[in-house]
Parts: sequence; C-alpha cells; structure tokens
Amino acid sequence: MKLSVRMVALAAVLATAACAPQTSGTSSSDKDEKTGTLRVWLFQEVNNEPKEQVVDSVLAAFEKAHEGAEVTVEYIPVETRAQRIKAAFNDPKSAPDLIEYGNTDTAGYVQDGGLADVTEEFEAWDEAADTDPTARQSVTVDGKVYGVPYFVGVRALYYRTDVFEELGLDVPKTQAELISTARQIRAAKPEMYGIAVGGAYTYGAMPFVWAHGGELATGKGGSYASAIDSADAREGIEAYTSLFGDDNCPAAKCAGMGGNDTVTAFASGKAAMAIGGDFSHAAVEAGKVKGKYAVVPLPGVEPGSIAPAFAGGNNLGVLKSTSHRTLAVDLMKRLASKEAQGELFEGMGFLPTFSDVRQRVAAEEPFVKPFVETLAAGTKFVPASPAWAQIDASLVLPTMFQEVVSGKKDVATASADAAKKMNEAFGSVG
Amino acid sequence: MVAQDTVVVERERPARATAPAPRTPRGRRPGLTPWLYLAPALVVLGGLLAYPIYQLGLISLFHYTQAQVSGGEPTSFEGLGNYRELLADEQFWQVLLATVLFAAACVVCTLAVGCALAVLLTRVRAVPRLALMLAALGAWATPAVTGSTVWLFLFDADFGPVNRVLGLGDHAWTYGRFSAFFLVLLEVVWCSFPFVMVTVYAGIRAVPSEVLEAAALDGASQWRIWRSVLAPMLRPILVVVTIQSVIWDFKVFTQIYVMTNGGGIAGQNLVLNVYAYQQAFASSQYSLGAAIGVVMLLILLAVTLVYLRLLRRQGEEL
Repeated sequence: MKLSVRMVALAAVLATAACAPQTSGTSSSDKDEKTGTLRVWLFQEVNNEPKEQVVDSVLAAFEKAHEGAEVTVEYIPVETRAQRIKAAFNDPKSAPDLIEYGNTDTAGYVQDGGLADVTEEFEAWDEAADTDPTARQSVTVDGKVYGVPYFVGVRALYYRTDVFEELGLDVPKTQAELISTARQIRAAKPEMYGIAVGGAYTYGAMPFVWAHGGELATGKGGSYASAIDSADAREGIEAYTSLFGDDNCPAAKCAGMGGNDTVTAFASGKAAMAIGGDFSHAAVEAGKVKGKYAVVPLPGVEPGSIAPAFAGGNNLGVLKSTSHRTLAVDLMKRLASKEAQGELFEGMGFLPTFSDVRQRVAAEEPFVKPFVETLAAGTKFVPASPAWAQIDASLVLPTMFQEVVSGKKDVATASADAAKKMNEAFGSVG
Repeated sequence: MVAQDTVVVERERPARATAPAPRTPRGRRPGLTPWLYLAPALVVLGGLLAYPIYQLGLISLFHYTQAQVSGGEPTSFEGLGNYRELLADEQFWQVLLATVLFAAACVVCTLAVGCALAVLLTRVRAVPRLALMLAALGAWATPAVTGSTVWLFLFDADFGPVNRVLGLGDHAWTYGRFSAFFLVLLEVVWCSFPFVMVTVYAGIRAVPSEVLEAAALDGASQWRIWRSVLAPMLRPILVVVTIQSVIWDFKVFTQIYVMTNGGGIAGQNLVLNVYAYQQAFASSQYSLGAAIGVVMLLILLAVTLVYLRLLRRQGEEL
C-alpha cells in the first residue's frame, strides 16, 4: 500500500515535470529577406497626425531606396502596449519586425528574448555619435545595444507667474526654497496647493532623491543592489514627503495622486507649482492657466544647480524574430535619424535624442529651453535590469512614499522595506 | 425533520425500482448509458474547467515569467517553490486576512439587504414594486467599472454630492483604510444585492400562501414569519445565494481596482485578486500568480464544502 502511494506520487511528479507549460521559441530567424512586407508598430499618440506625416515621408524614401520592400505601419494604443508586445514575443509569426517601446522596458524585453542585438549596426551608424549619453544608456543592456533612442521626455518645474507676482515671490533657487515658497503660497491662498505633489508620482519624486545624492540602485550589468535606503536617498525622500501636509498638499488628497493628477491640478488652477514634462505642455495650454505660467528647471540642493531629472522617452527596436533584419535595421535608423527627429519635434514637440539637434530646436522654440537645460545638466535613468519592470509594476516606490506620507511608517523603515523588496526583485531575475 | 426524511425515502424508492429496467433488453453494462448521456456535458466541462485548472496547477510548479513564455530563458521546475515564496510573504497573509474579512462583511450586508428588500417586495403594491424592481435591475445591469466610477464620483472629495449633502467639506473617503473599504463595500452591496433580492423574491412567491396565512392567523410577527416559516422553506435558495455571494465577494476585483486606484494608499486596500493580478500580469510572474490562483481555489472549495457539510449536519437535504 505504502509503495503504491509512493509510486503514484512519483508518477505524478514525472507527469508534471514531463509536460512543462508552453513556451515559444524566439530564436532569431535565419532568414534575412531583402524584399517583402515589413511590419512596424508605433505608439498612437493623443494627436497622432503630425507623427503619421513624419513617418510617411520616411517610409516613402525607404521604399524608394529598397525596391520590392513594402512597409505597413500600425499605431497601437499606449494603454495596451504591454499586452500587445508580450503577445508579439509569444507568437513570432504574427509579430512585427520593428517596434516603438518605452525606454524603461528595454531590459525586460531583452530578458524576454524579444529584441535583437544591433550593437554593430549602431556603432557603424554615423549619426549615433551625437546621441546623448543617457539616451544611449536607455538602449543598452550589459554593454550591448538593443535599438535606437527615438525621443526623450524630461520634467521641470511649472509655476504660476501671476501668483508669484501677486505674492511678491521669487522663483525658488534651491529645493529648500521651493519647499518654503510652496508653504508661503498655501498660507496666503489656502484654496491652492503650493506645489502639487503625488504619492504615486515616482518620476516627480526621484529628482529630490537624486539631488540629495541618493540613487535607486547601484551596480552594473546583471547585479544591482538597492540604494534607496542610503542616508542621502533618505534625505531626498524626507524633502519630497515634507511637501505633503496641510501646509502644502494635504496627504488625504495628494497621497494617491500620480503624475497626471498633479499636472491636471496645475492646469485647472488648483496648484501654484507642479513638476511636469515637456510632454505636459499641451495639457497645461488647454487648461485655465494658459498664458499665466512659466517653466524653469527643477532646482537642486545647491543654489543655481539643477536637480537630475529622469530621462523618459521611447526607443525603436528590431525584433529578434524578424525575417528582414537588414531592412528593419535600415528603417529603424531612418525613422530615428536626425532629420526625422527634428521633424518629429516640430510636429509633436518630442525632444530629440541627439544633443546637437536638441540645441538647434531649443534656439527655435523658447518653450523647450528649460527642458533642454535640464537634459544638459545631466539626467538619470532607471536600473537597466529586467527586475525594474517588476519593481515598477508592484508599486514598490509609490508604496514607500505613500507609507511615509500617510504616517504609516517613518522614512527609515519605509525605505528599508522598499530596499528589501527591490533586492528581492533584483535577486530573483539575477 | 422527520417528515422530510420520509419524503426523501419515498422519492428514492421508485428510482431504485426503475434503475435496473434498461439493463436487460440491450445487454449493456449497467451505468454506461447515463455516462453516454453525460458525455457531451463532461467534454465541455473538461475542456473549459478541468484543463485550465490543470494548466493553472502546472504553471504554479514552474518558474514561469514572460522570459520563459517567449523563450528568452529556459523553463525550470520549481516544485512547491512558488508556494513557499508566497506563504513566506508577509504581505500575502495581510492581504488574505483583509480579503476574508472584507468578503465576509460584503456577504452579510448583501444577504441582509437582498432578503429585506425581497420581503418588502412582497408587501408593497404593484407600482412601488415595479419601481424597486427596475431600480434593482438597473443596479444589476450596470457594468462594475461604470458603477465604481459613479460611486467614486459621488464620494469625490472636491466635487462629490455626498460630501456637500453631509456637510463634510473636502473629506477624502479613499484615504483612510477603513473608510476606503467601506466605500467599496457600499458599491459591492449595491451591485450584488439585486441577484439575492430577485432570487429570494422568486422563492417567496413559490411558498404557498396558505402557510403564510396560517402563520399570520396564529399571530406571528413579520420577523417571526421570516425566521420560522420563510427562512426554513427558502433554505435551498439561501444556500445557493450565500455560496454565490461568498465566491463573488471573495473574488472582488473591479471595484477595488477602480475605486482605490489599484489597491489604495500604500496597498492598504489590496484584496487577493488584485494582489494576484499585480503579481501575475503587471509584473509578469505568471507562476506566482498561478500559485495565488490555486490557493484561492482551494480556499473557496474548502469554504463551500464546510458550509455544505454544516448544513448536512443540521439534517437538511439540498
């Protein structure tokens, strides 16, 4: 009897071990066809038409240069991109050849085996030399390049010129001044937030941590260790979370806010300052505060310094499973060329990833000046580890800020807990 | 109870008498014919229920993330590793406790409101009954996402009419843990009481009016009639709606996800289903998510079995 039970158990183990769950092989395709149809997925933006025009003119030139090659472009909604791209990795047959993707996803997609290594082609590309270092970092994993930067997005400080003038306030030069200015405004105008901040606004909070010398994580390549509980990082967390409270942005309202909520609060006139991106420009222009605001780089700790901002943005990448590798790489370079990025800026306002192109457009369009200055002062990027996607999705950092803001934990405990969770994630994908 | 037992015995007797009948003429083995008739249903059930559960269990035994699905890394057999990781996770236990308490509160409130309104339906005239029915059906037909958004707006700190009516200023309902759970509870009860109400109402309608009349003539109060006459006669229906409610409320997802913005401030309003979603899909740890799914399945099975068992003990046939 005992023996038979054991046999059954053994058989069960064998049965489960034998039939592992389904996987799909995304081994790179052997074929490299020079004709046929290339499929491209780009993100659908809110006002997509100017983007389509830029892309169409690139496609026309591409199809002229490669006889027999055709391109179909599909604009996919940003909200469902994660599912679409995962599905593309799972089913190489119906996958596109070239995709646009958010730059924080690079390491995850590389680990998933989805993106092709294009280091050689990138190094050989004459325009690549002018790519700014952070943008380059955002396509690089373990020293290899997995795409080209398409545009960058960066955040700066929006403030209400009319409110500052009315109260006789100066634009803050340091983060300490920023905090005291915010409180002064709230005291004078209790119906407004001094500066709108959000407990779930990670990329609005990180400049405070970076400005105080803190880091998300330290390390290179596959092995990262969280640094969010270091003394410097804690000072930054302390500074950011001190903005939550009845003297600026009440925790009951602001703890749950994300980036868009803070921009909405500013655009609707509910806040005298907010941390918004160059990409928030249209939303603010469409709000009540049009014509009554200005933008400056977010100040750092020292007077006159600029707090390091998070370099967001999108990249283009060739899928490993493509059967038109040469063509896809060429199209990728054309779509992200200096010329196309310049046109994309004119149409969409997306900041170019090439330092020289960016300087040129900043001279033409004064609005982007503070953002270009912020980029020039040095930006930071999330750890190039596949664990980042997991840390981001399990809301480790928003949870940490919210725990402090709502008084559930002090900065030391909350940051130590967050560091533990981050290290578990770094360890599990190791 | 004695009376019911005899009824059951009498019902079973003719069945036993007829059972051997179809065996002899065609010379088939006994018991095969019923299986033949059941086969189509079993095939469908097997395909739609057993196979996914088998896959769920299988995935939960492997290290299976997006990298494994799309072939970036090899799949490795973990045995019970995912379960060990899950059970060692402090947050899992907190979420589990919150889920159980929240679901229990939802079930109790839903049943109480549903039954009370069902009784009310039998007591009012046609026009108010129609109005109540329509209102309930409206709540029932509202998609959960829409309902949650509307409730959220009603209780909005700045623009919500509730704060204005109650004179609460700009009180934020979703900030505190209990007040956020309370808000979600209201929405869950609102969208799930109609099922209870309609089912129980149908049950009450099926109760012979003589019985109720007799009770009323004997001078029983409304409450007494419910407790001693209606509730025992409606027992099978109440069992079904209770089990349904337990399963629904234990698995609540949309309301929490929408109303507390994916689990509330610092995850204070997480319930098991939202937690599983966060683990499995948002962070692509399918195997860990599958393990949570298996644990949920086992808990729900256990709750249902224990509940049915308790009823059996009390001598009720279902």
